[in-house]
Amino acid sequence: MFRAAVRLSVSGVRSLTRSRPQYAAPLAARCYSHGKQETDEEFDARWVSYFSKPDIDAWELRKGMNTLIGYDLVPEPKILEAALRACRRLNDLGSAIRILEAVKDKAGPHKEIYPYLIQELRPTLNELGISTPEELGIDKA
Amino acid sequence: MTFSILIPYPTIPCLTHFRPVALPLVVAVNGRRKEVREERKINSMLATRALRLLGSRALPASVCVRGGHGVAKVEDYALPAYFDRRENPLPDIRFVANLSPEQKSLKEKEKGPWASLSNDEKIALYRISFNQSFAEMNKGTQEWKSVVAGMLFFIGVTGFVVLWQRKFVYGDVPHTLSAEYKEQELQRMLDMRINPVEGFSAHWDYENKQWKK
Repeated sequence: MFRAAVRLSVSGVRSLTRSRPQYAAPLAARCYSHGKQETDEEFDARWVSYFSKPDIDAWELRKGMNTLIGYDLVPEPKILEAALRACRRLNDLGSAIRILEAVKDKAGPHKEIYPYLIQELRPTLNELGISTPEELGIDKA
Repeated sequence: MTFSILIPYPTIPCLTHFRPVALPLVVAVNGRRKEVREERKINSMLATRALRLLGSRALPASVCVRGGHGVAKVEDYALPAYFDRRENPLPDIRFVANLSPEQKSLKEKEKGPWASLSNDEKIALYRISFNQSFAEMNKGTQEWKSVVAGMLFFIGVTGFVVLWQRKFVYGDVPHTLSAEYKEQELQRMLDMRINPVEGFSAHWDYENKQWKK
């Protein structure tokens, strides 16, 4: 039901169950007069496969995350799951926790997004043993 | 048998923005020399040639080889820096560069299952990699209070300056602003019937010699 990643710049996002928004991901054709626009599913699939590379290295993880956070959206749980598994392959727990903090910050005033993400990621978090920032107490300054 | 050697990239600062690459190396195998197929491109061809000469030795961090002209000292500002930013959640380097023995052993433990780490250990691992958490970096200071206080203070000082000026700097006002002069002025205006229709004199009741109610 929640197919699309939430587009934050569209005002009036009241619920997470939006159908596909009107504009495509930034990486695809920026000028909308020509060129194929990437769908949400293609965007998600591309990022999931990026993070799912078995021999991903630390640079690629950082580059991918920093780029993804630069987009005007909160990533789908499946992209985050792939990123967290990449952290596991790289033996980097700090980055995994940082990723969770970053997506919470990315949601901005939409406070309902982060609990939803954690709920969707809960199986992965339990499997990999990743604690959320709230559980560690670093979500408060 | 062919090898490809990956240069350990953190030790080569002039390559830190490049991806780890495999350099073409001439390898002696069973007495015969074989070229290794180059796997990925590298930006700086000079560094490639120079590194080829040096082989697979890890270079010290302060050396950046420049095409045979000698070594140049790499400045601190040219190296990747750590900074806490919302828009750059994973900086280029860890916050703590030199790990203590406990931190090193913790890093080893990180390679195992993370569920076996205690919360303190997880926080310690986080703090090795990062300086401030997102909450800390977004917190905001109390600086605005000092700024407003300073503003009000200087506005007050200005007020004192103005009062002092009025007492000690400015001379007397013209005599035409004295009370009795103003009365005479008012009487003259009424006698002249200034603006008698809707304006000044229209509000004066000439019969009763007072302002109209």
